[in-house]
Amino acid sequence: MDTNLISISIFIALGIFLPLAALAIGRWLRPHLPTPQKRITYESGSDPTGESWVQFHIRYYLFALLFVIFDVESLFLYPWAVVYDSLRQEIGLFVLWEMLLFVILLFLGLAYAWRKKVLEWK
Amino acid sequence: MNPLIVIGPVVLLLLVLGFVTYAIYFERKIIGWMQSRVGPNQVGPFGLLQTVADVMKLWMKEDIIPQKADKFLFQLAPIVAFVPSFVVLAVIPFTDQIKFADLGVGLLYYLAVSSITILGMLIGGWSSNNKYSLLGGIRSTAQMISYEVPLILSVVGVILSTQTLNLTEIVNAQKNVWFIFPQFLGFIVFLIASLAELNRTPFDLPEAESEIVAGYHVEYTGFRFAFFMLTEYVYVFAMASLTTILFLGGWHAPFGLTFIPPIIWFLLKFSLIVFFLFWLRATFPRLRADQLMPFAWKVLVPLAIANVFLSVILKELPIIQAYY
Repeated sequence: MDTNLISISIFIALGIFLPLAALAIGRWLRPHLPTPQKRITYESGSDPTGESWVQFHIRYYLFALLFVIFDVESLFLYPWAVVYDSLRQEIGLFVLWEMLLFVILLFLGLAYAWRKKVLEWK
Repeated sequence: MNPLIVIGPVVLLLLVLGFVTYAIYFERKIIGWMQSRVGPNQVGPFGLLQTVADVMKLWMKEDIIPQKADKFLFQLAPIVAFVPSFVVLAVIPFTDQIKFADLGVGLLYYLAVSSITILGMLIGGWSSNNKYSLLGGIRSTAQMISYEVPLILSVVGVILSTQTLNLTEIVNAQKNVWFIFPQFLGFIVFLIASLAELNRTPFDLPEAESEIVAGYHVEYTGFRFAFFMLTEYVYVFAMASLTTILFLGGWHAPFGLTFIPPIIWFLLKFSLIVFFLFWLRATFPRLRADQLMPFAWKVLVPLAIANVFLSVILKELPIIQAYY
């Protein structure tokens, strides 16, 4: 196996090991005296009212959608940036126009969202 | 198998824990001085053991899981948040010699793995079954995904210049000129977006104490809470390292001062960034939620894209093109 992969696996293993070990050792250090009062959901000291898994505002979904669009854009921009110089040699400035066109198309989407006041936080 | 491959990460983990302990101490000290206070000075000489005492206190706190919480996800969330923060450090080259995994896609790996933490925060916020933490969790998610877009786009200029995603090669490309100069616009966008990713002031809305108590970790006590805090400070370590590597020339010495060893240069630049983060916290008030999201989409994303095409155009110009 590639040493890079071994190295990353060790990082992952250590990352999981530390919280588990710390919590396991903490078991001997910390008290355990559960009372029903302690286990009530915190709501600034008063008794919690109603459901907590409530509906939230639609704007969060809109930002999530925008994120997906631009994240995928960056997925195309990265390989393009990595091979830019060699493509510039091979096919000339077409490599620039092509990406510019793609980004402009996406920006039309952002402009539309901007116009429709999706980006506002009211 | 080389034993260093196992011992290296363990040593790094201990160093990172040491960094977090003293980063918190210095943050409190520096902000104290900036506000004409003394800062922690009681536990140990000059208060040096203050954070150790705080960690021990958290360790000895009772572990309370709310009755209504989703128990499994509640316990899983701090681990999901913490693991990526340490795993991203695998690709950071501290010097030419001190590095762990030399991936060809190092930069992409960092950005991809670091976004898993958002999932941990969302799980923590949702599984607590508490209105404040649900709001805090969703708010953090919205903030972090919005600022991730300019963060990702702002480094494309660097990639265009180096033609690689390997962080070691990116540092070596800065032997003569650090990218902070030719990629200044990219650097500014990256710095602001990374502040938001780190949830640091002025972007600390997810933890806005005065509005939603503490955001996604309201219900967490003791060491589970400590792991969310630890995650944030490990990301400060990782992000300061990444900024140093991408824009400040990594371990390369400026003005030919090569008699000072590379690791010292790295640490100096790294400390400068960390100090800058603390300084900002003492200086800036928190942004309002209605200023936060439009700023990412209306200012930073267009600027980051403009930086990409500016870099490409400057690549065509004679004389300057050597720097791009």
